[in-house]
Amino acid sequence: MNIAVGVDDVHEGELVNTSEAGPAPKRIVVSYGFWIFLLSDIVMFSALFAGYAALARATAGGPTGSQLFNQQTVAMETAFLLLSSYSCGLMSLAINSRGYFGTFLGAGVTFLLGAAFLSLELREFATMIAIGATPQRSAFLSAFFTLVGCHGLHVAVGLSWLVLMMIQLAMRGFSPVVERRLHCFSLFWHALDIIWVLIFTVVYLMGVVP
Amino acid sequence: MNLLGKLSWSAIPVHQPIIMGTVACIGVIILAALAWVTAKGSWLYLWREWLTSVDHKRIGVMYLVLAMLMLVRGFADGIMMRTQQAVAAGGAQGYLPPEHFDQIFSAHGTIMIFFVAMPLVIGLMNFAVPMQLGVRDVAFPTMNSISLWLTASGVLLTNVSLAIGEFAKTGWVAYPPLSELQFSPGVGVDYYLWSLQIAGIGTLLSGVNFVTTILKLRAPGMGYMRMPVFCWTALATNLLIVAAFPVLTALFAMLLLDRYLGFHFFTVNAGGNAMMYVNLFWIWGHPEVYILALPAFGIFSEVSATFSGKPLFGYRSMVGATMAICVLSYTVWLHHFFTMGASASVNAFFGITSMLIAVPTGVKIFNWLFTMYGGRVRFTVPVLWTVGFMVTFVFGGLTGVLLALPAVDWQVHNSVFLVAHFHHVIIPSVLFGCMAGYNYWFPKAFGFKLDERWGAASFWCWFIGFHLAFMPLYVVGLMGMTRRLQHYDVLSWQPWLLAAEAGAVVILAGIVCQIVQLVVSIRAREQLRDTTGDPWNGRTLEWSTASPPPAWNFAMLPHVGEIDAFWAKKQRVHARQERSVQRREYEPIEVPKNSPTGFVTAFFAVLTGFALIWHIWWMAGVGLLGAAVTLLCFMFRVEDEVEIPAEQVALFDQSHPVEISL
Repeated sequence: MNIAVGVDDVHEGELVNTSEAGPAPKRIVVSYGFWIFLLSDIVMFSALFAGYAALARATAGGPTGSQLFNQQTVAMETAFLLLSSYSCGLMSLAINSRGYFGTFLGAGVTFLLGAAFLSLELREFATMIAIGATPQRSAFLSAFFTLVGCHGLHVAVGLSWLVLMMIQLAMRGFSPVVERRLHCFSLFWHALDIIWVLIFTVVYLMGVVP
Repeated sequence: MNLLGKLSWSAIPVHQPIIMGTVACIGVIILAALAWVTAKGSWLYLWREWLTSVDHKRIGVMYLVLAMLMLVRGFADGIMMRTQQAVAAGGAQGYLPPEHFDQIFSAHGTIMIFFVAMPLVIGLMNFAVPMQLGVRDVAFPTMNSISLWLTASGVLLTNVSLAIGEFAKTGWVAYPPLSELQFSPGVGVDYYLWSLQIAGIGTLLSGVNFVTTILKLRAPGMGYMRMPVFCWTALATNLLIVAAFPVLTALFAMLLLDRYLGFHFFTVNAGGNAMMYVNLFWIWGHPEVYILALPAFGIFSEVSATFSGKPLFGYRSMVGATMAICVLSYTVWLHHFFTMGASASVNAFFGITSMLIAVPTGVKIFNWLFTMYGGRVRFTVPVLWTVGFMVTFVFGGLTGVLLALPAVDWQVHNSVFLVAHFHHVIIPSVLFGCMAGYNYWFPKAFGFKLDERWGAASFWCWFIGFHLAFMPLYVVGLMGMTRRLQHYDVLSWQPWLLAAEAGAVVILAGIVCQIVQLVVSIRAREQLRDTTGDPWNGRTLEWSTASPPPAWNFAMLPHVGEIDAFWAKKQRVHARQERSVQRREYEPIEVPKNSPTGFVTAFFAVLTGFALIWHIWWMAGVGLLGAAVTLLCFMFRVEDEVEIPAEQVALFDQSHPVEISL
C-alpha cells in the first residue's frame, strides 16, 4: 500500500500530539518517576564529587591517593561491576521473553559479580584503615571514604533489592508489578555503573596523577 | 553502657521559665485536642479518612494545617526576637539570655523556611495541581503520603527540641566551624540536622512525584502549552527540588559525619574546608528561594486572570520567564557570600547573574499588571493579597538588585539591611501568595467560602504590619546594626526597633484575624456555601468538578482543547453552541487504596532521629528496622487500588450537579 495514501486517510484531528495523548500507562509513569529519582541520586553524588574535588589535595600531611590506591584491585572492581551490568542486561532480555531460567541465572550472576565488587571494595577499605589511612586522618580521606562508600552502600542496597525481587518473582511470577520493579532495578544498576566510571576516573585515575 | 545515651533529666530546661511555660501551654493544647477527638469518638474517622489517606486533596489540606500551626510557632519566635531587640539597649539586657536568643533565631529561620513555607507551597500544589491537570491523583499516591509524614516528622523533632535538650544556636544555616562538634557540643545542631534530613527526604520524594505527575499524567488534549500557569510553576519548582535537595542531603550527611564519626569535611584542622559548606549550602539555598517563590507566582497568575475575567496576559512569556528563573537560580549562589574573598571577576560574574534574574521577574510583574489592565477586577481577598504582593515585592526586589552589587554588599553584608531585604521578598511572595491560594481554593476544598471581611482585615494588618516591622530594619541596617544581636549599646537604633516591634504586633493582629476568619466562616458555612463548584467563575479544570471534589476528582476525564479549557467551555455553552450536560456513561473507577505506610514509616523515622540525636544506638537500630519492615510490607502488599462502582460514581455525579461539565 502506498504510504502517502495511508497518511491521507488519517484525519488531521486524529493526529494527536504526544503531549496531548492523555495520562501515560503505569509502566511508563513508574519508569519515568524512577528516572527522575535516579537523576536526584546523581545530583547527590555530584555534591559528593564536588566535595572530593575540593578536598583531594587536603591530605594534612597524611597519605595521598597515589600512595594508597592499588590499580590492580580497582581494575578488578571495575571489571566485575561492568560485567554485572552486562549480566543485568541479559536478565532484562530474559524478562522480556518471560524466561524464568534466564532471569534467575542473570540475576544470580549479577548478584555474584556485585558481591565480588563489594567484597573487594571492603577489603580495600580495611587495608587502608589498617595502615592508619582512616577517614579521620585527613579531609582527603574523609571525602574519599564518603564518596566511594556511598557508592558501595548503593551497591549493597541494590543487591538486597535484587534478592527481594527474586523472591517476588518466585512468589508471583511475571506480574506487571514485578516486571516494572525489575525494570527499575536494572535502571538503578546501570546508573551505579555510570557513577562508578566517574569514580574510577576522578578518584582512581586522576588520584595517581602526580 | 548507658541505655539512654546522652539523655538524662538535665536535658529538660526546668530552670528556664519561658521555655517551661511554653511547653506547658503546648502540652495543654495537645491534651485538649486529643481529649476532644476522644470525646467526639473520631479516632477511627481520623485514622481512616485522614492519617492513612493517600488522596492528594486530603494530603494537601494536612500540609496546610501543618504549615499554619508552624506559622504560629515561627511567628512567636519572631515576635520574641523583636521584643528582645526593642528593649535590650544600653544598660538593659532584655528578657532573653543569649543562649536562648540564639536558639530562637535559629529556630525561627529553620521553621519558617522548612516547616511553614515548604508545606504551604507543597500543600497547595498537592491540592490543586492534579485537578488542574484534569487527572485523579498524583503519580505515586502512597509515596505522597510518605512525603507528608516525613515532613511532619521533621516538624515534630524540631519542636521536641523545645522541651528536651536544645535547638541549634548557629543560625538557620548552621555554618561550620561553629556547627562542628568542637564549638557546638550540645544536641542542638543534631536536632537541626536530623529534622531537616528526614523532612528533606520527604520533600525530595514530593519533587519526584510532581515532576512525574506533571510530565506524564495530564488529561487528554492538555499539551504543555495548555497547562495552567500554576502547573508550570509547580513543574519548575519540583524540577528545582529534584536538582537542589539532594545537595542539601549530601551536605548535611557530611556535617553529620564530621560530628558523629570525626570526619574532617569542614573542621578547622586536618584540611577541612568550611567555605565548601557555605558554597554547597547556597547551591541548594538559592534555588530554594525559587522553589518557594515560583508556586506563589503561579497562584498570583491564576488569581489575577480569574478575578479580572481575562486570560492571563502573555501566557507564553510567563512560561518562558518561569523556566528562565528555574535555570538562572543555579547561577547566583555566590551572592550569599561576596565577602568570602573570591576575586573581583568572580564576584562580578555572580553580581551580574543576580541582576539578570530581575529581568524574568519583571516580565512577570508586567504580565500581571496587563492582565488586570482593562479587566473587570473583583476585589476579593485573593486579589487583595495579589495586589499587596505586587506593590511590596517590587521594592523588595529592588533592594535585592542593590545587594547584588558586590561593592554595596560589602557594606551591608550580614547587617539587618539584609534581614529586611529577604523578609521583603519572601513574605510578599511566598506568604502573600499562599494566603491568596488559601482563600482562593478553600471553597473548592470544603464547599464554602471564607469570610471576606475578616479576610480583608487580616490582609490589611499583614500589609501594614509588614511595612512597619521591616522598613525600620533597612534604616538600622544602614546605621550599621548587624543581624542576630541579643543586645546592643547604640541607643539611636532603639526608636527604629521599637517601631519594628509595633509592626510585629500589627502582624500578630493579622494572624488573629486569620484565625477568626476561619472560625467565623465555619460557623456561617451555610450562608457561605457554594453548591456550583465554581464560586469565582474560574477558568481552570479544578472548578469544573463538585466542591468538595469526590475522591476520584472527575467522573470522566475531561478533554482539553485549549488553554483555560473550563472557561472556553462555559463561553461555548452560554453561546448555546453546545448542550451543557451530555448524557454520561459511567464506568467504575480505580482509586488508590489508603495506606498506613506513610504514618508508620514516619513514626519510625522520628524514633530513629530522636535516638541518633541522643546517641541511643539500640533505639536507632529499632527505628531503622521498623521503617525497613514497614516498607517491605508495602512492597509485598497484594492490592493497592480499590474500585469504585459505576453506580456510586453516577449517584455522586447526579446529586452534585455542576452546571457545566467537560
